Amino acid sequence: MEVVSPIREKLVTGNKSYHDVTVDVCRHVEDEPTKEWKIAFGVSLLVLAYGSFWLGKTWWEGLGIWGLNKTVNWAWDITNFVWWVGIGHAGTLISAVLLLFRQKWRTSINRAAEAMTIFAVLCAASFILMHMGRPWLAYWALPLPNTFGSLWVNFNSPLIWDVFAISTYFSVSLLFWFIGMVPDLATIRDRATGVRKTIYGALSLGWTGGARSWERYEDLSLILAGLATPLVLSVHTIVSFDFATSVIPGWHTTIFPPYFVAGAIFSGFAMVQNLMLFTRVVYKLEDYITLEHIGLMNKIILVTGSVVGVAYITEFFIAAYSGVQYERYAFFNRATGPLWWSYAAMMSCNVLSPQIFWFRKMRENIVVSFVIAVIVNIGMWFERFVIIVTSLHRDYLPSSWTYFTPRMGDIGDYIFSFGFFFTLFFLFTKFLPVINMAEVKAVMRSSSEMKEEPKKVTA
Amino acid sequence: MTDNKFLVGIYDDERVVLKAVEKVRESGIKIHEVFTPFPVHGLGHALGYKMPRMGVPAFLFGMTGTVCAFLLTFWTMGVDWPMNVGGKNFFPFPTNIPIVFELTVLFAAFGMAFTFFFMEGLGPTVKPLIFDPRSTDDKFIMAIDLGNNISVTEGVISDTLKDSGAIEVNIKEV
Repeated sequence: MEVVSPIREKLVTGNKSYHDVTVDVCRHVEDEPTKEWKIAFGVSLLVLAYGSFWLGKTWWEGLGIWGLNKTVNWAWDITNFVWWVGIGHAGTLISAVLLLFRQKWRTSINRAAEAMTIFAVLCAASFILMHMGRPWLAYWALPLPNTFGSLWVNFNSPLIWDVFAISTYFSVSLLFWFIGMVPDLATIRDRATGVRKTIYGALSLGWTGGARSWERYEDLSLILAGLATPLVLSVHTIVSFDFATSVIPGWHTTIFPPYFVAGAIFSGFAMVQNLMLFTRVVYKLEDYITLEHIGLMNKIILVTGSVVGVAYITEFFIAAYSGVQYERYAFFNRATGPLWWSYAAMMSCNVLSPQIFWFRKMRENIVVSFVIAVIVNIGMWFERFVIIVTSLHRDYLPSSWTYFTPRMGDIGDYIFSFGFFFTLFFLFTKFLPVINMAEVKAVMRSSSEMKEEPKKVTA
Repeated sequence: MTDNKFLVGIYDDERVVLKAVEKVRESGIKIHEVFTPFPVHGLGHALGYKMPRMGVPAFLFGMTGTVCAFLLTFWTMGVDWPMNVGGKNFFPFPTNIPIVFELTVLFAAFGMAFTFFFMEGLGPTVKPLIFDPRSTDDKFIMAIDLGNNISVTEGVISDTLKDSGAIEVNIKEV
């Protein structure tokens, strides 16, 4: 059973034993927080506090504090929503799709990526609540009876599909994340004493790691991965329907579902890359998240970035070829109109910048990887901005043509989502195991450097 | 509860424990359970466990989700309050596919997970029986219930465990 593939680099370096893995990962949960963590967490809390002020102001004053106008009636809010949902795709993709493809390298990064997914989806959901303007009526989006105060929801509306898709995605991702964590929580429980033992004991649900439990657990994980895979693809497909089912030139295109999904994977992997590069240094996990991992992530960023590039060009070609003057104008205006700079930012950040990853040296360079991942995230934000704002700002009626300028309300609410995201992420890195110990241990023998202890086997 | 006495063999290599399970079972000793820090492939087969079939609850709960979602959309849109949107069908089938799909996945995932918790007796208030706390760290633990192995003496079992590669053999009374 011990097949060592000569093609693959070692997944875990540094001659670790199973016990070393436990110690390296549990250390962060058990020890006092480091200075770096305190600083990072403190900054996140400050950002969150500032953002919360603007969130409160948005709900108190109403959406008038945003820069929206009658023509551009969707702008930063939906851009941020789609951006965060897109980022939230990488976690489940890494754990579910790479599990189905038997990619062992996912084991070091899946836990943090799944956590990122959950927090990103929460950030996305916060923009839906903001945009409702009257968040206390958010329950109107649920299928409640007519007697409850409003009509049944309209199941023909893609916005209702969104409610179902995103809440299902959030719930199933949370379940997948939690079930993946149960054996590791049991490891922490068995090392802990006092209150921590009680808390992690409750969280680990009494897991003991019996052979029968593991058999069912693995079967469960595989089926959950099989269920989560089409779910991931469905979520951004449905998000793209919000635009594609409308009749706005620039939105009304059938390419949207695959194009959005590719973009989601692209931005999600970039965000995972950023967080992992940060985590591996702060938590000294260089032996688990190696240059091999970073290189593999960059390959996916390169592929998905190029797919997105092909989608941009296809969209343009089809608009030109369609013979529909409104469609043609929408795209011509996108690239050369008053918002040309956002189109240029999108093209250069998303299509050109990842091409540097054709070179192995660049793929395995930490600084380059970090910078490109940030650029990709900026580019993907601009992609959504381009799609939403440039399609709206010049509509069928030239007398309504206008420009969009954000106001502090837009910016403050966006800052809120960053504070919220990083606060949750740092809490996660402190109180929960950032690396899936059980899965790493399971692949160590076959694909890692491992300390061989002297054996006294008589069998 | 009657007092049970267990012999606990401790191994430090999954390859050794895999062979040990076969050896111990061949010598006619019944194994209570083997506890490992991570899933060891082939261990369930060596212990003679049946293939897990979590797909059954997943399918049943998933179908429940499909039916519930279909009935919900059909009843609200087509029966209780049909809306005339441009003279189109009250209940156009394609627009209900997303809802039906999402609820199918939701029911299947949660139904299967809770079935798993139920079958394994897992829950936040459960006090697990831990034979050796190292079994969630780096050791592989074979527990043998002496009450289930009356025909074999404790000494023979202990020797068999040691012969099969156990680094320690402890006694645990529950």
